[in-house]
Parts: sequence; structure tokens; C-alpha cells
Amino acid sequence: MCGIFGVMDKRRRMMDGSGIRQALSIMNERGSGEGAGYAAYGIYPDYRDCYALHVFLDNACESKAVVDATLEQWGTIEHDEAIPTYDQPNFRAACTPWRYFFRPDPSLAPGSATPEKDIITTLVMQINACQNGAEIVSSGKNVGVFKAGGAGSRPETVADFYRIEDYEGYIWLAHNRYATASPGKWERPDPFNLHDWSVVENGKITTYGTNRRYIESFGYTCSNSTDSEVITCLIDLLVRRHGLDIDLAIRALAPPYWDEIDRMPESKQKLNRALRFAYGPATMNGPFTVVAANPDMMVGFTDRGKLRPMVVGECADRLYISSEEAAIRAMEPKVESITMPAAGEPVIGRVAP
Amino acid sequence: MSSNLGSMPLRYRVTIDREQCMECERCINNCSYGVFRRDGDRILINSRKCTACHRCLAYCPRDAIMLEEQPCDYRSHPVWTRATREAIYNQARTGKIILAGMGSVANLPVIFDHLMLDACQVTTPPTDPLREPVELRTYLGKKPSHLDLCRNSNGDVELATELAPNLMLETPVMLGHMSYGAISLNAQVSMARAAKETGTYMGTGEGGLHAGLYPYQDRMIVQVASGRFGVNIDYLERGAAIEIKLGQGAKPGIGGHLTGEKVSKDVSRTRMIPEGSDAISPAPHHDIYGIEDLSQLVRAIKEATEWKKPVFAKVAAVNNTAENVAAVARSSVDAVVIDGFRGGTGAAPRVFRDHVGIPIEVAVASADRELRRQGLRNEVSLIACGSIRESADVVKAIALGADAVYIGTAALAAMGCRVCGNCYQGLCPWGIATQRPDLVERLDPDVASKQVANLIHAWTLEITELMGAAGINSIESLRGNRDRLRGYMLDENMLNVLDVEPVGA
Repeated sequence: MCGIFGVMDKRRRMMDGSGIRQALSIMNERGSGEGAGYAAYGIYPDYRDCYALHVFLDNACESKAVVDATLEQWGTIEHDEAIPTYDQPNFRAACTPWRYFFRPDPSLAPGSATPEKDIITTLVMQINACQNGAEIVSSGKNVGVFKAGGAGSRPETVADFYRIEDYEGYIWLAHNRYATASPGKWERPDPFNLHDWSVVENGKITTYGTNRRYIESFGYTCSNSTDSEVITCLIDLLVRRHGLDIDLAIRALAPPYWDEIDRMPESKQKLNRALRFAYGPATMNGPFTVVAANPDMMVGFTDRGKLRPMVVGECADRLYISSEEAAIRAMEPKVESITMPAAGEPVIGRVAP
Repeated sequence: MSSNLGSMPLRYRVTIDREQCMECERCINNCSYGVFRRDGDRILINSRKCTACHRCLAYCPRDAIMLEEQPCDYRSHPVWTRATREAIYNQARTGKIILAGMGSVANLPVIFDHLMLDACQVTTPPTDPLREPVELRTYLGKKPSHLDLCRNSNGDVELATELAPNLMLETPVMLGHMSYGAISLNAQVSMARAAKETGTYMGTGEGGLHAGLYPYQDRMIVQVASGRFGVNIDYLERGAAIEIKLGQGAKPGIGGHLTGEKVSKDVSRTRMIPEGSDAISPAPHHDIYGIEDLSQLVRAIKEATEWKKPVFAKVAAVNNTAENVAAVARSSVDAVVIDGFRGGTGAAPRVFRDHVGIPIEVAVASADRELRRQGLRNEVSLIACGSIRESADVVKAIALGADAVYIGTAALAAMGCRVCGNCYQGLCPWGIATQRPDLVERLDPDVASKQVANLIHAWTLEITELMGAAGINSIESLRGNRDRLRGYMLDENMLNVLDVEPVGA
């Protein structure tokens, strides 16, 4: 059991992190106080054309040297600095959070339609798979993940440690963790991010093995043993590399039952059967609600039986997706509509072009 | 020619409890091996002819018959076992290859029995199949690696990719290839009806397709083996799919032999060979001396059937199975069948049956891994066979990487077979592995088909429950999901090959 929350402003109007901090802490009963995290889009306007790499370093010396050397091989570091943090009582920082603003050299991925993202993908997988004291926790343009794990990592504490109220974003995702495995690891709580996409999940998929083996056959490496890492890679594969629209990608991950497909009109039947044929090993099973975002959209979807909650709120240009209605109301007391989509019914919100 | 060996110790001893026996003679009538005979007011027993087929026991109304295996001891010896000594006596007498029926009797550990299945507790809830759907529907055949889509005039997304034909199974259990000739027509008809009733498919084996099976042809996978018996365009067109048999788990690397005595008029017509002639399948296909020849044959068959039917290829599980499967997967086939070394057979040389090949568990796991490594896994289906004994084996085989399984011996057992291993004698008292009309008549397809269907239904229910308990509601989510298995008392090398964690990990 975890608590997840997402909010998006369709007109890209900025929200600072104080609102989502409050929303997440309302759901403290859903977490174990051992991990929380936030992701925000739009926070680095000064470096909007650089890939912002948030890295957890064991120390700012040897571990950092590894990252510096790797990045310099693959492109140019425009700027790097420690992520500002503020000591909190009864909370111990297990690593040094650092950020790089990085420009990959597209000529190093010849023949790719998305050379920069291919390089970033490779870099993230390479650095995270090695025991080098460095974990890249977010790697997109104008986006950053702030998270922490271990005793005392309540949502408010993590928010205050990073002072997320100092950041302004137009999409925010957040995760209140009920730890089951490796509670002390800082990279384990959601959100998980890979360049464009960030994912928070409430659930535990029973298909981790199938999904991971499938995604790894396309060159991804999953080193974190978390669902959201695999889910992020699956979305990246389906949307960026296979060119599926997000609604079809979600349909591939959480497809309709065969009985439902059998009842569809012929052309829809063909399309849905083909999706299950092609992406059977990507299908996620077990209980989950996922909220995912990229710079242009925020989506929410559940397993086919909807074993985990998903509540959707709307208020003017704001779209909220949350584990609980109370969290939406904590951030937006005047919320105009609250809905609970049926199982298998995704929620897709797009930022106005 | 005589020998000085005399007679061997009895394999089985049959006894009759004379107080129970009512001398109804059912044992005499039922035993086709001639164990029982009437002599005056007594029923006499010749235990030497007994095969332990249990037909007499099953039909004795008084439970008066008892059977004992190996009633005579040899001096015990860890190296010179009874089996090795008796094989030597047999070959010293005959100078021949020893034939044996059914699967391997080598006393090696069964890997399936050392794999434990997972179930959900609190971090994920189990799915209750009584309340929520658990999908066992399985499609076998080529799958696209990605989809090409287009938009129609209404702006709706439509599929531009042409899907290859697939077989749709309601349950991932199929009935394996056992030919007409090796088994009786009644046995085949029984299984064909069961396949139709349970929404699955059945293999014809290498014996052609008897007209009696035409009503079930949309449930038949017709086999093309190295002898090409019974193969013509009509045969190919009748099948739902076509399977090229390149090898068999019970006897990898060698062909097959149906003795002339079994080639009755009907068998001769179905196989398209002269009555009474031996049907010998060569070891290789003489038009496949290299992998490129296989892909020509696959395409020729597809061309002949207008690309409307999936084509499977079956290989035996041997050392380099992964490489073989990857090679076959590139040959335009839609599914690859892997037959493990414990797979059954009507007749195989004992030395092959017990010594050649590798276990299906390992073969499937390594083939699945190699296909994934080469990016081919989801494009072909993988079918496992060779000693699938129960529903748990099905679940484990799928978790190790199979899409579906074939069962052979289990289906025969559902019709009465007691796995006595004397199929090659052609005297099967259960009417299964025989062509003798009076014996074949004993197997009533109305009854036997129900028993086979019951077995498949029962396994399907058990698979559904096991998947539900593991929180998995569609079969493709189980496929290759080794995280849901744990190895119990398997060594580290074996765990690495299987890509399975040990219990407790």
C-alpha cells in the first residue's frame, strides 16, 4: 500500500511544491514513513535545453569522478552543482544529491531517430547498473526527481529536506512509500524517471519477471528491482521507440480481456488482438495504479480489475490523479469534479500545445 | 539358436486369491498377453507373459488378482544392477538392439519436482478465479514484433500490420502427436473429440489422417515427418496447422520404425504404404541436410496451403537445443516444439531412450533465454513436451518460457493406459496401442473421449487456481515469469541455467 498523487496544469501555469507536499502528507496512513519522493516538470527554465541529471552520489569525490568521466565522454556538462538540501531532525542523508545540466553529443548515436534520448538511456542504464556509488534518479529536460528513503523519510521531511516549495512546476508527481524491500535505499522510492517519463505506482505487479525480461531484450537494463523502473522503460519503448500513441501504449500494458475484445467491432477487434499479440510480454498483471507524466501529459491507469484506488479530480485547468480524494481536497478545497474511473479506463490529460 | 542362459527371473508374479476368485474368466478374456488360461476346473497363470498392464486387476470383480514386481532378488550390487545384467543377458542371447516402449526409465531427478510455485500473500492479493476472470486463452503462432498503424478517414487508428494465422487454444494444453499405427483409431478419435470439446488441438503423429478423423480436422495438427507417410495436399489442407517433425525426445537423432505386422489395410491406406510393409522413417529428412533446407520446406508447405496455416517444427531436446531452436525460429516457422528426453514413444532403442537428450525443463529455459537474447522470443511460440504429468508441470513449463504444452502419456493414461511400456508389442489390452480389431473395440470413444476431456478440464481448473493464487490473470503474464518459481535443492549451476532463484531468495 502506497499513496500516489499527480497534478497537472493544462496551461503550464506553475505550482510550487508546497501544495503537493500537503496533499501527500494527508495520505501518511498509506505509507510507512520510510520513503517519499516528488517529480516536477518545468523547474529548470534556465537550462531548459539541457538534460537535467539528478544523481545520488555515495560521496562527492570518487563516485562523482565516475559520473563526470562518463558524461564528458558522451557530451558536454554545461553546469553541475550539489542539489541544495536542508538538514532535518531525525533524518539522515545517506548520499549526496547532485545535479548536472548536460548536453549529449548526438553524433555519438548515429542512425537513431532520437539520438539524445538514446544516449541518455544508455548512460542511465550504464551508471545505474554498476557498483560505482552513483545512481541517476532523473534525467529529463526541465524535470527533476527529489526523493529519499530510510527511517524518518516522511513526505513532509523529504519535501523540507529538498525545500520543494522553492521549485515551480506545471506537472508534479508524488509518492508516499509503504516500504517492503530495501527501505534504506534512496533510489528505491518512486518517482522513477527516464528522460521524458516519470512514473509513480501504487501496487506490486506480479509480472515483474516477464516484463523485465521482455524490456531487457530491447537493450534496457533494470538494476533497481522496482516496478516503476520497468514501467518507465516499457512506456519509453512503446511510445518513443515503437511510436504508439499513449492510449494504445496503456492498452498494451493493461489490455482488455479476450471476452471484451471478442465483443468489439471487427476493426477494433483486430487492433486489440494485435496489441495483445505484439505486447503480451509487456502486459502488467497484479494490483497497480500508475500515474505517469512526460512534458506534455499526465496519465493514470489501473490494472484490469482495479485492485488499487484511483481518484480523479478536476478544477479549472488543473487535473488531479490520486489514491485518495482527501489528498486532492487538501491541495484544492474547491475541486469541481471528483470521479473514480472504472477498471481499465485510463485517464489522459494533455498540456495545451 | 540356443543359449546357456536359461530363463530370466520373473519380472512380475501374478497370483490369484483362490478364496476370492469366482472363476468368471474375465481375466482370461481380458489378458491379450496370454497370462491366464483355463485348465479343467482351474485358472492357470503364466506370470512370465505379464506386462503389468493391470487389465486383469481392473476387470476382476472380486479383487482376487495381485501382482508383484521383481519377486526374485539378484545379489544386490550398486553397479551391476538388475537392469544392466538383464540387458546383457538379453543381448548375449539375441545380438540385437533392445527396444523399449514409453518414456525413459533412467532414475534421474525430475527437475519439475524441485521447482516450487509462488502464491500471493499480503503485498499483493491473490486473484479469486471464482470472482474474477483468469485468462488461459493461448494463441500459438507468429506474433508481430511491433505494430504498424494508420488512421482511417474518421481519424480512428487502424491496424496496418497483417497478422499471421494463429491457433486459438482455450487452455495451454494440447494432445501430442501419436500416430495412427502406433495407437488405434479409437484412441485417436477419443482424443480428437476431447480436443474439440475442450477447445484445444491434437497432433496426428506421422501416420496420416484417417477419414474417421475428418469431422475433427479443424482440431488436428497434421504432422510431416521424415517418412512423409500420409502426406499429400489433401492432408495438409485438412489440418488446422502443420508440424514438421525433425526430432523426438525419446530417440533424438534416429528415425522411426512401425513393423509390418501393424500395417493393416486401414493403416496402409492412411499411411499410403503397402499393406504389411515396414514403415521406416529415416533419421534425417532427406530434403533437409542444412537449416536453409528447413526454411525452404516450411515455405513450400506454406505456399501449398496459401499461407493460411501455422507451421510448427519439433526438435528433440539435446545439448545445443538453444542454438537449434534459434535456427528453427528463423526459418519462417510459427512455433517451435521442444520434446524432452523423457518423452514417450511407441518403440525406441533402450539405449537412446535412457541416455540421449536433456530434460525439457532445461531445454525450454535455455531456448527461451536464447530467443530473447536474439530478440526473437515473442515472434514464435514455444511448445514444451516430454513428461508433462500434471497441471503443476504445465504451469512450471510456462513459467520457464513455454507458451503451451503437449501431453502424450498423460492422455493415454486418461484412457486407461497403465504405462506398462509394451506398446511395441501391439497387444495393448486397453485398445490403445494396438490395431487388433477385438482389442481396439474395447476402447469406446464415447467413454474415452469424456475421460480425456475430464483430464484437460481438471488441469485447466487447477492451472486457473494456481495462476489466481499467484495473482496472474492472463497466461502471457505467466510465460517466462521465472520470478514466480523457486528452486528447491537444485545446485547453483542448474539454477543459473534455469534462471531461477533458490527457495528463500
